[in-house]
Amino acid sequence: MHNTVAVKTEKLSRSFGQFKAVDEISFEVGKGEIFGFLGANGAGKTTAIRMLCGLLPPTSGEATIAGFDVYKQALAIKKNIGYMSQRFSLYEDLTVRENIEFYGGVYGLSRASIVSKTKTLLRELNIESQQDSLTRSLPLGWKQRLALSTSLLHDPSIIFLDEPTGGVDPISRRNFWRIIYDIANRGTTVFVTTHYMDEAEYCNRLSIMHQGRIVEIGNPTSLKDKYRMDSIQDVFIHLVNH
Amino acid sequence: MIRRIKGIIRKEFIHIFRDWRTLMIIILMPILMIVLYGYAITLDMRNIRFSVIDDAATPESRELISGFSENGFFVLVPNPKPITRNDVEHLFRRRDVAMVLVIPNDFSKSMTMQQSTKIQILVDASDSNVGTFINNYSNQVFQLFNQRHNRRLPLNVRLEPRVFYNADMKSSYFFVPGLIALILLLISALLTSITITREKEMGTMEQILVSPIHPVEIIIGKVIPYISLGFFNGAMILISSRILFDVPVRGSLVLLTGLALVYIFVALSFGLLISTVAKTQQIAMLMTLMATILPTIIISGFIFPIASMPVALQAVSRVIPATYFLIIIRGIMLKGVGLPELWIHASALTGIGLAMLTLATRRFSVTLET
Repeated sequence: MHNTVAVKTEKLSRSFGQFKAVDEISFEVGKGEIFGFLGANGAGKTTAIRMLCGLLPPTSGEATIAGFDVYKQALAIKKNIGYMSQRFSLYEDLTVRENIEFYGGVYGLSRASIVSKTKTLLRELNIESQQDSLTRSLPLGWKQRLALSTSLLHDPSIIFLDEPTGGVDPISRRNFWRIIYDIANRGTTVFVTTHYMDEAEYCNRLSIMHQGRIVEIGNPTSLKDKYRMDSIQDVFIHLVNH
Repeated sequence: MIRRIKGIIRKEFIHIFRDWRTLMIIILMPILMIVLYGYAITLDMRNIRFSVIDDAATPESRELISGFSENGFFVLVPNPKPITRNDVEHLFRRRDVAMVLVIPNDFSKSMTMQQSTKIQILVDASDSNVGTFINNYSNQVFQLFNQRHNRRLPLNVRLEPRVFYNADMKSSYFFVPGLIALILLLISALLTSITITREKEMGTMEQILVSPIHPVEIIIGKVIPYISLGFFNGAMILISSRILFDVPVRGSLVLLTGLALVYIFVALSFGLLISTVAKTQQIAMLMTLMATILPTIIISGFIFPIASMPVALQAVSRVIPATYFLIIIRGIMLKGVGLPELWIHASALTGIGLAMLTLATRRFSVTLET
């Protein structure tokens, strides 16, 4: 059943000097799954996701993304993944349309396909009227949805979202998650890190990270049942304090 | 690959043209510097203020004084009452004059008696440059005066200098090529280092790096817009210095253009190298300013001749790109020389550029990972 696995790691680690930022994490993510990484700031979520995206070489351990090895097939991985980070990554001094076209170009899409994709994307996000205004003038929630759509331009099979909803109001956050569900329904695997407990509840499966290690993994309902608690927040606090 | 590079180039140009403040600085700074250096900073001195203690007060002494005041180099400062030697220091301290001419009372008498006649000049040498100029100019005045009055004096050797390449000894001929070297280096290196550190600061670099783009493609895409900008700047300096100061280009304009591109390429590689070290835009800016302006002005031969520097500094000057470009650009503009005379310097420049680019590209890929 190899084809149904999108991400697989085996004792994946990364140290910075003496400090083990990620300490032997092993897990599997199935295709089309919404897989969450829950943890406090500094738990190692970002380091883990950066390794999976090929931005940071692992110190030791194994990982395959979309069937490709992180050490040997970095380029193939990059063609098949999308990435959106907590540090919002559009150019503020470019217009909405210029941003989309730029990232289309970086992924090597043809002119014709960039034009048609830009059109679809602007319509889907319902910001056709804003397409020629500078990105800096958009409200944060819109920027984040735009960044998300931009990172999906090249139809990746897996999308990595590193705290995508940081600093956004609850309504925008819920809208954002609606889009995440749409993406997953189309068969794209969503790998998301968060420290919002309510967002953790939305995931199909969840791994809780603490001090570089995965301390628990499973779907939100069974985790709550296992620890006999009402919310993921309680489960999280219980795990982190023990 | 071409598509990806084109994407970067297009975006870079949008950044440049949308940030019109920076664009104005890029365009206006060279013109401002040309005007400043060309008009305000000249190496030759004129209008040196001087006074006279004329103890002789004869027609001959008055002739000598007008020999000073009527050649355009010296200006006689009239004193309400005659001054004495005791007043000289006071005048120097108040910077009223920079020189005092002292004519003894037996001046005319000893001249008619065909004796060796002593004249004294007192010079304010607190600025040693000025002191040297006053000495040299005064000597010339005395020589002229001597020739007129002592025709019978046998003059065995007479110096008849003819100056090549800059017949009028204009300092703009000297400064403009140097300025081109300085501005091209400064702008190219500064803009490159800033544009890359900005992307690192904003997090957009990370977003580009998760795409299949190769670091070398990013570098090429980033460098091309700034090469054209640097080139535009160089052309502007050449044209404005031609209009304002009549600075010639005696050699091949094509060769000058080609070698200027090599020099710009060196400067861009240097900017790239800085961006791999600097974490923020401010640090990148400071590092670039320090590493370009000071060495280029002081050690490259822009103002001070390399041959008269201590050996250690001479060694440093050999790794400064401007050293070679100055020889090249002065050679082409003023002497009209070509590749046969310049190929050594051109290859040294290319060598420095390649070394810097290799180092920068390596560091670029490494630092982006962590």
